[in-house]
Amino acid sequence: MDVQLSVLKYNPETDKEPHFEDFTVEADPMERLLDCLHKIKWQHDSGLALRRSCAHGICGSDAMVINGVNMLACKVLVKDLKQPIQVEPIRGFPVLRDLIVDMEPFFAGYLAVKPWLITDDRQHDPERERIQSPEERERFDDTTKCILCAACTTSCPIFWADKEYVGPAAIVNAHRFIFDSRDDGGAERLEILSSRSGVFKCRTAFNCTAACPRGIKVTQAIQEVKRAALFDSL
Amino acid sequence: MAALESGKRVRTAVVSKLYPTRSHTGAAQGGMCAALANVEDDSWEWHAFDTVKGSDFLADQDAVDVMCKEAVDSVLQLERMGLPFNRTPEGKIDQRRFGGHTRNHGEAPVKRACYAADRTGHMILQTLYQQCNKFGVEFYNEFFVLDLIMGDDVCSGIIAYEIATGELHVFHAKSVLFATGGYGKMFKITSNAHTLTGDGPGVVYRKGLPLEDMEFFQFHPTGLYRLGILLSEAARGEGAILRNADGERFMERYAPTIKDLAPRDMVSRAEFFEIKEGRGAGPDKDYILLDLTDVDPEVVETKLPDITEFARTYLGVDPLKEGVPIVPTAHYAMGGIPTNVDAEVLRDHTGAIVPGFYAAGECACVSVHGANRLGTNSLLDIVVFGRRGGVAMAEYASTNPLPDIPDDVHVHTEEWLRSLTEGESEESPHEIHTILQDEMMDKASVLRTEESLLDVLETIGKLRERYGRARVKDRSKVFNTELVEHIELGYLIDMAEALVVSARARTESRGGHYREDHQLREDDHWLKHSFISKAATGETVLNYKDVTLGRYEPVERKY
Repeated sequence: MDVQLSVLKYNPETDKEPHFEDFTVEADPMERLLDCLHKIKWQHDSGLALRRSCAHGICGSDAMVINGVNMLACKVLVKDLKQPIQVEPIRGFPVLRDLIVDMEPFFAGYLAVKPWLITDDRQHDPERERIQSPEERERFDDTTKCILCAACTTSCPIFWADKEYVGPAAIVNAHRFIFDSRDDGGAERLEILSSRSGVFKCRTAFNCTAACPRGIKVTQAIQEVKRAALFDSL
Repeated sequence: MAALESGKRVRTAVVSKLYPTRSHTGAAQGGMCAALANVEDDSWEWHAFDTVKGSDFLADQDAVDVMCKEAVDSVLQLERMGLPFNRTPEGKIDQRRFGGHTRNHGEAPVKRACYAADRTGHMILQTLYQQCNKFGVEFYNEFFVLDLIMGDDVCSGIIAYEIATGELHVFHAKSVLFATGGYGKMFKITSNAHTLTGDGPGVVYRKGLPLEDMEFFQFHPTGLYRLGILLSEAARGEGAILRNADGERFMERYAPTIKDLAPRDMVSRAEFFEIKEGRGAGPDKDYILLDLTDVDPEVVETKLPDITEFARTYLGVDPLKEGVPIVPTAHYAMGGIPTNVDAEVLRDHTGAIVPGFYAAGECACVSVHGANRLGTNSLLDIVVFGRRGGVAMAEYASTNPLPDIPDDVHVHTEEWLRSLTEGESEESPHEIHTILQDEMMDKASVLRTEESLLDVLETIGKLRERYGRARVKDRSKVFNTELVEHIELGYLIDMAEALVVSARARTESRGGHYREDHQLREDDHWLKHSFISKAATGETVLNYKDVTLGRYEPVERKY
């Protein structure tokens, strides 16, 4: 079938402003939007710039605004999209070219919450693994799924308005450690997240949860971190 | 892993074509084997035996011993870094079955794979990235490595292209380690990411250095039909069964003892034969069914959630209700940059090294996988030899001076890039890539003959000429991804050539290399590793190095 697409393009070397360009490609309804973007790139417009790698929703490279909604281009099929399919870069970060945005601020927000296990190793027997019950492991399972695609953060209206806000993805990754029974850094992270740029900026718009391609209950995770910051001594 | 270990000791930078968390390690699903014996009786020697047998006796047994012995500590080290392994009811790291891993030298499948649902690779990648940040490793993201700096046969850095700006950068370093992954994108159906194009081995090959065992490429038995997206062997570990069009569990005929959990080369070959003999499923009789309907739905949803979603999303098939259409998919390169057990790169088949240069992971060949890698041993390989390489490169950097490099060391690369973006051409790199993928899939994948290999070699020659005429149309500096893809295609053509030339020479069948015209394994003549290199004249040269044997004498491989 013929598939109509309208892609927001911007090359800083030749364009003053971003502008939409229309393309028509031949595709099977079961093909991914990413396949259509590749057809544009390989058959019509070799300069089209986008990030992609695994092409099956695991690497987190190709989050885009697709018909107004944040999705991974490799995880949505042509048959499920209304045409013409409108494709834009994710919002809230500077556009570098076409569908590529500057991801440095996103990773800076992620690193700000110290996303690594913090432990006092003297408490543990170094010969074997730490013991963690299946229930304790289950407690943070959902937030281990995060692939850092930024679909959640760049769908958040609070983040659009206030770039100081660390955003949902950073909180999800803080949650992954705060609720890990092996971690001793919860208080440290909660202090960071209690600051002006932290978790209390969230106004539960639920955009993040809707946007997550991994099905993480992002808003719920944020609420759990808020509660921990308010009530738990951890 | 290498960056982490090196970063704990000396100033270390990661130069990566992608943001590090985009790497394809994250796509690994099923697990990482280690004889922890948390669930069932096990020992590292049994793991070593399985690895050697799985390799069709081509793995070097001293290296396999190192890997299987250090597997236990490697898993425990990852746990201490915070990796969220699934747990047993007692709270220990849980383990499950995986293809080719057995109790007591082949008696029965054993629970050896440590796992985090079906996203073990994702958790390893995330955990190592987190730890590298914790220890202050520097990152140069979206920098594409184009050349290795070699003076006096000693490695002294790399040259990389910054994709965001189009600038070339010289990284002057005392030691360099390549961990660039595989090159499955030379095949039409592959589980590999778009970015897996053999860049590291490509740079090495163009330096005139050898690549080892390039003829051995693994096809995974369960890739989604037409797409190649991987469905983990863990599915069969949890009880899924492969069926042909008649609903027959055909693996009972090919591997009576461990059936669907036979090593990947055997299962992929069995699938090819079933399809070839008219027992494929579907309207075109061209796929096999992975049947999960007898597996507990709770297990499918909780231990195999990702692959269940892949089947639902991409094929519209619900694995709880019907068989999932699958085919063999190009998955893993056993061959690559030859190294020793400290990840030091070998200069030639005699074992001499290139000082300061290291390689680990899929781009390297130690060899621990021989002619066929066992499932989970790739994650184990990257952790064990990544760690050893990281320690070794840091040690080398601490004890050696920084070699001088000439000021114009980048000029050659600069001129090369200019030549790709000068002038006009009607050649279509996309068409060249498509022909390469189709031909490699048809003629150099699971089944090979002299005729098919010679045929594809001629095609590669023609494609190389066409590639030489092709030009990059986009002349932008900022995110010129057309240029990146163009360079990647060149590496793929080189890797395809190395694979096919090595495969033509090996007139026997072993592991992932199956010759219909030489169906037997011939230990008298072929118990050796191939080393292919390219002379300055463009001629390929093959040398061989004997396999290091050990406790296990080669015997016929039955399961």
